[in-house]
Amino acid sequence: MTKLFIPLDSFAVACGADTIAEEFKRLVADRKLSIEIVRNGSRGMAWLEPMIEVETPDGRIAYGPIEPGEAETLVDAGVLSGAGHEKRIGKVEEHPFFRAQTRHTFKRCGITDPLSLDDYKAHGGLKGLERAIGIGAETVIAEVTDSGLRGRGGAGFPTGIKWKTVAEAKGARKYIVANADEGDSGTFADRMIMEGDPYCLIEGMAIAGVATGATKGYIYLRSEYPVAIDVMREAISRAHQAGVLGASVLGSAHVFDIEVRVGAGAYVCGEETSLLDSLEGKRGQVRFKPPLPAIQGLFGMPTVINNVITLASTPEILSAGAAAYKDMGMGRSRGTIPIQLGGNVRHGGLFEAPFGMTLGEIVNEIGGGTASGRPVRAVQVGGPLGAYFPVSLFDTPFDYEAFAAKDGLIGHAGIVVFDDTVDMMAQAKFAFEFCAIESCGKCTPCRVGAVRGYETVKKIIDGEHPAENLVLVEDLCNTMKFGSLCALGGFTPYPVMSAIRHFPEDFHGEPMRVAAE
Amino acid sequence: MVFQARYDEAEAAEIIGEHRHLEGPLLPILHGIQERFGHVSEEAVRQVAAALNLTRAEVHGVVTFYHDFRKAPAGRHVLKVCRAEACQAAGGDAIAGAIETALGVKFGETTPDGQVTLEAVYCLGLCATAPSAMLDRRIVGRLSEAKIGALVEEARL
Repeated sequence: MTKLFIPLDSFAVACGADTIAEEFKRLVADRKLSIEIVRNGSRGMAWLEPMIEVETPDGRIAYGPIEPGEAETLVDAGVLSGAGHEKRIGKVEEHPFFRAQTRHTFKRCGITDPLSLDDYKAHGGLKGLERAIGIGAETVIAEVTDSGLRGRGGAGFPTGIKWKTVAEAKGARKYIVANADEGDSGTFADRMIMEGDPYCLIEGMAIAGVATGATKGYIYLRSEYPVAIDVMREAISRAHQAGVLGASVLGSAHVFDIEVRVGAGAYVCGEETSLLDSLEGKRGQVRFKPPLPAIQGLFGMPTVINNVITLASTPEILSAGAAAYKDMGMGRSRGTIPIQLGGNVRHGGLFEAPFGMTLGEIVNEIGGGTASGRPVRAVQVGGPLGAYFPVSLFDTPFDYEAFAAKDGLIGHAGIVVFDDTVDMMAQAKFAFEFCAIESCGKCTPCRVGAVRGYETVKKIIDGEHPAENLVLVEDLCNTMKFGSLCALGGFTPYPVMSAIRHFPEDFHGEPMRVAAE
Repeated sequence: MVFQARYDEAEAAEIIGEHRHLEGPLLPILHGIQERFGHVSEEAVRQVAAALNLTRAEVHGVVTFYHDFRKAPAGRHVLKVCRAEACQAAGGDAIAGAIETALGVKFGETTPDGQVTLEAVYCLGLCATAPSAMLDRRIVGRLSEAKIGALVEEARL
């Protein structure tokens, strides 16, 4: 039976993959074809989605982007045996976008049936967890520490140290919380791994459980991700039935359960302490730190709270060893990073590579420049709280410290590309507007600062004392940066100040005198 | 389609009962209530507060904090259009404007016939197939002026 892969990933579904799958199903039944349809994850080449793949003696042959209504013509053209067609892409592994990657965390994504545990195991799944159980908590933490893995949510905190703190903390029970509240515009890596390889996150959480003694895991998943919610819930239920989760994890003495909790549309809940309050059933307001969540987290208990990609990176680290991971990357940024290219970009999607590529290589060579064909003018890196980078900074290597040195951040590694029609003053206004909409309201710099910032940028747009008001905006940004309780208010100055600094011509041609920091 | 039903205390009690054993049950309960009745009414707030031994103010505070929960019924369909940066970069503002024109309402409003509520959403994670939207629970990417007609028509059904 030949396998036909049609992605269930949101990129594909949003462009008609469910309809396409139905059409193929009908054709297979009507014509009694010997075809098994597999709903796989996405290979990450989003501009080619929905991208179908056919298993042939020469390997998997891809076609895309497929549109609803095309199935019959494709079958008639012999696509099911890999025939030539204008939409034939060939083998994904040989595609330049794919070949240039180092697929570590996403090694199975798009290749396997996301919900098949057998498929998962056949592609190296559960080896990390098996090894973790075998070597014990201390060695697991040592491995994760040695790998150099840092939190992929944006803060870049060393994962091993967080785990060690939780392991050593005393508590009646401990928790593992996966932060799947991926609200940053331009990011979709968490969503893709949850839809395309959900067992990888489950395995990573179970490894964290083994390492810290936690027995319960929560995945706080945003309500804007309906496909990921469905896939993740089904995978957890199957993992339970198969004994991967439950009272005896893989037959060991470890107990570990996972539950999906759906968010309710608050961006700030991506901040770890407001996420914990939200899980507890409260308003998602930011907590004061200390105490750290590792000491007093969910329900006051020691809690590992990690981004989805952080957790999903650990199975491979455990199975292949820390050294292999550590050998990749640059400086203090070790391993691989799933870079997400979105917005006005020709080749948008997910590109996993070791740290260290320059921003220019990523945007121009991998991304192929803009989709509109116009020149790239700005890219926002790291979501709505990330800085706008001009083309003149495209030599910046993708690395936590290198970006910080340029007054930016890599955040969750999302890159949004803008062409030369972008109005940076409007983007600065939007940054404040977004902060005003999403502020949890607990601290004044964020709650009031965002609204005042929005009003002041509006005045500048209207040409009302632009020079004076720009000085006011900078002063306000300083207050927000240093006075806010969390990154929402604290980082909103990044997009605002970078827009003002790098694109002064958009602010009424009255370049601001920038104080050297 | 958003299900709108008359509030029923017994059904609400059932929803509360299904979730109350959970740790931190309030959000799952509120999601359940909204899914069943289309919104979280004042009666629901009272009943949930009483059942969980919380004050009405606490439950009200939670309901009003989150963008997803609504205190009043929405239209039969809810169309959420992404207004975040990646969609902006891909021409999303023009698309959003065209949708407002086609529906004859602004963001945050419901059409006079009660069919469609138009809302802004900040990121659906479809940033590489932007601009995007979500009609009830169905996601739509690569929105173009041409596609808007069909989407709006579907929302009006």
